[in-house]
Formats: sequence, C-alpha cells, structure tokens
Amino acid sequence: MDKSEKTEVVLLACGSFNPITNMHLRLFELAKDYLNGTGKYRVIKGIISPVGDAYKKKGLIPAHHRIIMAELATKSSNWVEVDTWESLQKEWTETVKVLRHHQEKLEAGSCDHKQNSPVPERPGRKRKWVEQRQDSSQKKSLDPKAKGVPQVKLLCGADFLESFGVPNLWKSEDITRIVADYGLICVTRDGSDAQRFIYESDVLWRHQSNIHLVNEWINNDISSTKIRRALRRGQSIRYLVPDLVQEYIEKHDLYSSESEDRNVGVVLAPLQRNAAQAKS
Amino acid sequence: MVVWRLVSAIALLSCFLTCCGRVATAVGADAPDKMKSRIPVVLLACGSFNPITNMHLRLFEVARDHLHQTGMYQVTQGIISPVNDDYGKKDLVASHHRVAMAQLALQTSDWIRVDPWESEQPQWMETVTVLRHHHSQLLRSPPPMEGPDPGQAPSAPTAAPQLKLLCGADVLRTFQTPNLWKDAHIQEIVEKFGLVCVSRVGHDPKGYVLDSPILRKYQHNIHLAREPVQNEISATYVRRALSQGQSVKYLLPDPVIAYIRDHGLYTKDSSWQGTGTARGKGKAS
Repeated sequence: MDKSEKTEVVLLACGSFNPITNMHLRLFELAKDYLNGTGKYRVIKGIISPVGDAYKKKGLIPAHHRIIMAELATKSSNWVEVDTWESLQKEWTETVKVLRHHQEKLEAGSCDHKQNSPVPERPGRKRKWVEQRQDSSQKKSLDPKAKGVPQVKLLCGADFLESFGVPNLWKSEDITRIVADYGLICVTRDGSDAQRFIYESDVLWRHQSNIHLVNEWINNDISSTKIRRALRRGQSIRYLVPDLVQEYIEKHDLYSSESEDRNVGVVLAPLQRNAAQAKS
Repeated sequence: MVVWRLVSAIALLSCFLTCCGRVATAVGADAPDKMKSRIPVVLLACGSFNPITNMHLRLFEVARDHLHQTGMYQVTQGIISPVNDDYGKKDLVASHHRVAMAQLALQTSDWIRVDPWESEQPQWMETVTVLRHHHSQLLRSPPPMEGPDPGQAPSAPTAAPQLKLLCGADVLRTFQTPNLWKDAHIQEIVEKFGLVCVSRVGHDPKGYVLDSPILRKYQHNIHLAREPVQNEISATYVRRALSQGQSVKYLLPDPVIAYIRDHGLYTKDSSWQGTGTARGKGKAS
C-alpha cells in the first residue's frame, strides 16, 4: 500500500506510571511494530500521560516525580515522549477527555502547518516531532491521497481492558466513545482472555474492528507494584526499569512503606465521581 | 602438637561462633564490619549470551540479593563467560561479538564483568573446567571487598572467596538429561563450588534437586533464588524479533542494540550462520 494512504497514529498511554518500567516502554514498541506491520497505519508518536495526584490511588507518589522518571525513561527514545497536561489538571480527568484533548491538539496542529516550532521545553525531542510533521506535510503536498489528521489511539495492557468491567470505575458512555471515536491497542500475553472479554461486552463487540490485540510472547511481569515491593525489601530493580529511573528513585528515596500508605482509606477518584453521579 | 591442634580448634570454633552471632543480626548490606565477616562470593555465569539480554543481567542482581539475604555471604564480583564458538550451537554469532556486546551491557555495572577466557580457548570446554580456571585465578588475586570506604586499607584477613555457578532453573533441569553432564562434574560443581539457581516459569528447581541423589546430598550448597518479577526475555525470541525487523528496545541495553545494528548481526541472512548441531554439554541460551 502506498505510504501516503496509511493512517498516521499517535499512541497514548494513560496510567499511574508509579514508577514507569521497562514493561510500559515495551508496550509502545510492540504496538508500533504491530500497527506498522498491518500496512494500514504509520505510528508517528507515542505519548505517556501520567495520571494526576487527584486520582488518589493508594501508594501514588507526587506527579512531578512520576513525570521526571518518565522523561528519564524516554530520553533514549526518538518517538515516545511525556505529556504533563493530564497531571496538571486540578481534578482527576477521565481518560476519554485526555484522548479528546490530544486529538484536538493534533487537529489544531495540522491546520496550522507550523513551520517554526514554538520554544520547546526539550529542544531535541520536540524538534524531531515537528520535523516529522513537516516531512509528512511535505509528502501530503506531493500526494493528494494522504489520510489527513493523525489519529490518537489508546495504548494499554490487558488489565486496563478488563478494568472496564469494574463497577463504577468507568462511565459506559466513556467506554463507547473510547472504542468508537478513538480505538484501543491492547498488548496482552493471554490473547484469549482479552478476546473473551471483548466477546462478552456488547459495546466492545460492536467496535471490535477498532480494538487491536497485540500478542506479547515474552512473559514480562514487570508491574510497578512489584517494583515498589522490591524497593521496600531492599531488592534490586536494575534491568527492570531504565538505569536513569533506578538512579533517580535511589537518589530521592521515593518508595517506602510510608509512600505506599499514601491515600489509604481514600476512595479512588473515578469511583467517587461515578457513584456520586449515579446518586444524583 | 596437641596444644597446636587445640589452639587452632578453639580459634576455628570462636571464628565460627562469631560469624554465627553476626549472621543472626546482619540484615542489609549497610554495616561494613558485619559484611567483612561474611563469606565473599563470586558468581560465574556460563552460556551463549547470544545476545546478552536484560534477563541475563537480572540473574546476577537476583542472585546477589538472595545471597545477601541469607546473612552468610557477600557477593563481590560477577563474571559473564560467553561460550566458545566451537560449541556449535545454531545461530551462534562469533564470540568476539558476544564478548563485545556483554562488555557494552556491563558498562554501567560496577560489579559484573565479562571474561573472554573460555571463548578464547582453542576448543569448547566443560563448565567445570571454566569454574576451575576462574577459581584458581581468584585464589591468585582475590577481588577487593565491596564497602563504603574503598580507600580504607584492609584490616582483618577475610575468608577465601567462593566461586559459585549462577544459572537459571532451566539449566538445573538439564542435569537430568542423560549424557549431557558427567556425574563427576555435577558433583564437583555442587560439592567444590556451589550453585545459585534463579527460578523460571514452568520449572521446579526444588523438585530437580530432590530428584537427584547428588544434588540432594549437596543441597546446602545449592541456593534457589526466586525472581520476584518475571521477566522471561529469551535470547531466541530476541534473535527472531531482530531478524523480522522488530524492536527489541528495553529487552537489551541500548548500547547492545546499537552494536547489533552497526554490525548487521541477527539479520535474516545471518540465520544461516552457526554450523552443525549443538553438542549440548549443558549450556543455557
């Protein structure tokens, strides 16, 4: 298929990233290889969007640390970057709103054809992405068949998909909007469980063409929870997270029994909000 | 003569008791004097390292944590010994590449190093020979003890370092494979050196030990370490991904990936390299 007919995709991953691990970073690589391999898509960017502190998850340390760790982790990547918009919001922001924000940003960017980039926070990174946009906009001017604005898709693991089933965690309209308007790339070790979950949900089933399941053959169980537990026990986390992240955690002594007790007894923001709205 | 024996016996006993007393209280790796009373250990990992991955590197970290946790040992050094090209395993790239990649991977490690000795020998050699070689090297020039103040002159003489073979549970299972290992070698490994075995999914290392009379006899010298975070990055998978042009970022250190790319290793064409069948004398991938 002609390169210009491919849909450009931006992968957005939402989550606590508490801390970011090599597994999170692998999700991007696997998803990009998969989508590019279909011949229909071209992944141009990856965005890590750490959740705000207002999420109130147990053990969630302040956003600025999680942002910095994510930036250290993606320093060596030429296509994945960190976005702070979600974490800077005063109140917890639903995932669908974050998707909407990034999609609107892309639409605004493509109308503008900004040849001169604004003063970048991280010169190296943004310049590369602007160059990519310039490249693709040049290609568009050569070939009128180009697919237009890039599409934001939500990148996640299987546990994220299955969290759709947790009562009051998600608004059903939000789930519908996510799979109908944007799309889901779900990286999973056990494809059959994810497939069954999709089969058992009318909403997901209806939009299954917009849900891509990517197989992860490596048994890679590097969850943030386990990282935090290992740190509390004085065990090494080297080679499970990027070296710069491990050094940062050590330098700032980020995770302990005290930090794990943050938000204990506090109701998770989405549960609180959805339960309140259900009552009203 | 009798007096000398008595004195040395008392000295040994008091040393033993001191060590036990300290072992009971030693927890982390923070108190230098407590660490000095521990037995120094060097971990040796043999294998193809074709290529080296984050999982190989994790083995060392997990093993070290485990041994420190026992309160009896202090791990001072890790050695990666890539296998000789003569091993003949399929897809095995030239040893100078495998050594170079391991060196790049270990640039940021302050306690693990690569030793090319095994790969530089004229032919393949059994694991026990490699252990013997490195053990004699250690006795000749013992490695410095880790400590918060490396500038400090060593005070009391420390125990001779023990060299232990580090491996995954899959290698432990290969001890059962008929004709793969010589019984005498298995015995020498667990009796004279010791084994640190890191768990892997689908393996039952405790079972392997109990099922074998030799291993059972020396089980005190076989340390079974549990990897708390599963991370099954097989080099086979990595090679396949590379040959298909897929990303292996975050599975191996970045400098290793750059080296592979710069030298055109593990491409589709190179899958024809590596002649012959594996002689299979007990090496992990």
